[in-house]
Amino acid sequence: MAGPPSDAELIARCRAGDDAAWALLVERFARYVHAILTRVYRLAPRVAEDTFHEVFARVYEQLPKLRDDAAFRPWLAQLTRRLAIDALRAAARERPDDGELIEYLDIAADDAITELEQALTVRAALWDLPDHCADVLDRFFARDESYATIGAALGIPAGTIASRISRCLERVRSILEGRSATPAPSGGR
Amino acid sequence: MRAERIAELLTDLPPAPEPWVRAAQELPRARREIERLVAHARADAELSAALAADPEVALRRAGLEPAPCVVAALRARLEG
Repeated sequence: MAGPPSDAELIARCRAGDDAAWALLVERFARYVHAILTRVYRLAPRVAEDTFHEVFARVYEQLPKLRDDAAFRPWLAQLTRRLAIDALRAAARERPDDGELIEYLDIAADDAITELEQALTVRAALWDLPDHCADVLDRFFARDESYATIGAALGIPAGTIASRISRCLERVRSILEGRSATPAPSGGR
Repeated sequence: MRAERIAELLTDLPPAPEPWVRAAQELPRARREIERLVAHARADAELSAALAADPEVALRRAGLEPAPCVVAALRARLEG
């Protein structure tokens, strides 16, 4: 069975006008862009929303000109950073004291974005898990849902969730170990 | 990588708000719909005035979520 498409495959399909590929590309990178805007650059919700849409509008417009499809992820990070800084500078015109804060955030962004890239790699490993495993990990860690909520949503006893999480984390660890031995296509979902 | 570190990294990427994601996913269709609306507006002064006066309403009537980037794209096409 074929696995999920690589970033480069998705981009090629987007260029060919495949709307489903575009939807998957957005789904794959929405969390990454959102995290850069809100966690790294701490944009206010309304500004973050506008900037999020601006990022994907630019991606859509510029994909045909992207030279190295395999370098999509760093290109996207750079584009998102640039637009986040633009948004902060626009806000700083009304609050000149924010100038130093912007500088500080941008310096700290390198490490924070490296962390997010690792997080994308871990999320990509979820693709290779059975759905119930990926779902329980996403609900517990990324969506911060309680055992009771997860149990109700997935129809499993809440008392078994901690052990499921532990087993599923172990499976992710094995997948990542396998990937570090054989490099896989980049991407996150 | 330790399981604890994997858990930590999983918390780093919470979901983006669903309406934001949906609007971004609809961009290709939105762009096509904008082209169609602009083409019609060139031949229909009433539609052209309605689009300029309230693009959000016009987009909703066309079945599109008027996300800021979609409204901005429509405005840019109308001005261009």
